[in-house]
Amino acid sequence: MTSLLRFEAVTLRRRGRLLFEDLDLALGAGEALQVIGPNGSGKSSLIRLAAGLLQPERGRVERSPLTLADENIALDRELPLKRALKFWSGSVERTMEALGIAHLADVPVRLLSSGQGKRAALARVVASGAPLWLLDEPLNALDAEGAERLARIIEQHRASGGAVVAASHQPLPGEWRMLELAR
Amino acid sequence: MIAGLIVRDVRRGVTGAAWLPVAFFVLVAALVPFAVGPDARLLSRIGPGALWIAALTAALLPIERLIEPDRADGVLDQLFLHGVAEESVALAKIIAHWLSFAPLLLIAAIPASALLALDGRSLASTELALLIGTAGLASLAVAVAAVTAGLPRAGSLTGLLLLPLAVPLLIFGAADAYLLEAAVSLLLTAGAPFVAGAAIRAART
Repeated sequence: MTSLLRFEAVTLRRRGRLLFEDLDLALGAGEALQVIGPNGSGKSSLIRLAAGLLQPERGRVERSPLTLADENIALDRELPLKRALKFWSGSVERTMEALGIAHLADVPVRLLSSGQGKRAALARVVASGAPLWLLDEPLNALDAEGAERLARIIEQHRASGGAVVAASHQPLPGEWRMLELAR
Repeated sequence: MIAGLIVRDVRRGVTGAAWLPVAFFVLVAALVPFAVGPDARLLSRIGPGALWIAALTAALLPIERLIEPDRADGVLDQLFLHGVAEESVALAKIIAHWLSFAPLLLIAAIPASALLALDGRSLASTELALLIGTAGLASLAVAVAAVTAGLPRAGSLTGLLLLPLAVPLLIFGAADAYLLEAAVSLLLTAGAPFVAGAAIRAART
């Protein structure tokens, strides 16, 4: 089985602090990995390393096409939501439907609540069509209904051969492999 | 993606406060007669230089919205994940910045030249020099914006960085030395995407 994400003996150091050492990791199609650990243990850094936004001190990271949702919304704030999403990918109607934000299509991004903004960022991820999803604290600001929708789309994504890495200190719905980072 | 980025940045530039640097430019030009007196001969002699100083100071205003908002909002990260090279992002931003800044400035130079008692000929030559020089100025602005993005007190740093680097543009522009002005402008435009690209990469944490 080919991996969508593979870490080989990866060591990551940030601002002089060793976050983890010799980490091996392989994520295949349909798999989901939850990264847990206390605040400051390097969950977000691991996500950014997987995305290629950080470079490891040692080791190798291989990745397939991926998409990332972190605490940044990365949508033009003055644009209506649908137009802002369309900057990143062509067809966004179905994803907006799936995340329950279709009725917000004409609302400027800056007027969205934080939960709606989170849904919008997740819609950007889903609409990208990338096989590997990297989610940093996907449940932050989401209500119960939003969390349920997220669980459903993650399930669909895995069923269609995708993989997900999520950093979260809250339990995520569904079956997840766990990776615990120590402080 | 690059074309989309240029269109987006032009839209943001124009719908944002595009008139602000231009109004500032006219205002600085309007200060000159107050400072040196209303002698038309003197004004028309120092006019082109005064217009250039006004253009340089006006160029400082938009710098902090060129790169920093996109860095803070994660747009630069997403562009990287979409496989767009940082240098391409910088080049797109230079083109977009020039489009939303230079044409308005060239138009505003007409009323500003009237304030400085410039005749038609020196207005035309100043316009040509500005047309050439603004390309370098826009490149410099994006490079400085990228280098200072995310730094505390970036606003005051930008002036300290940009103005000395813009001195060659000022010298050749105010002297109507078009070829030398074009050479400096070209050099800045060719180098800026690499400086800005490296700065964007280095700012990524």
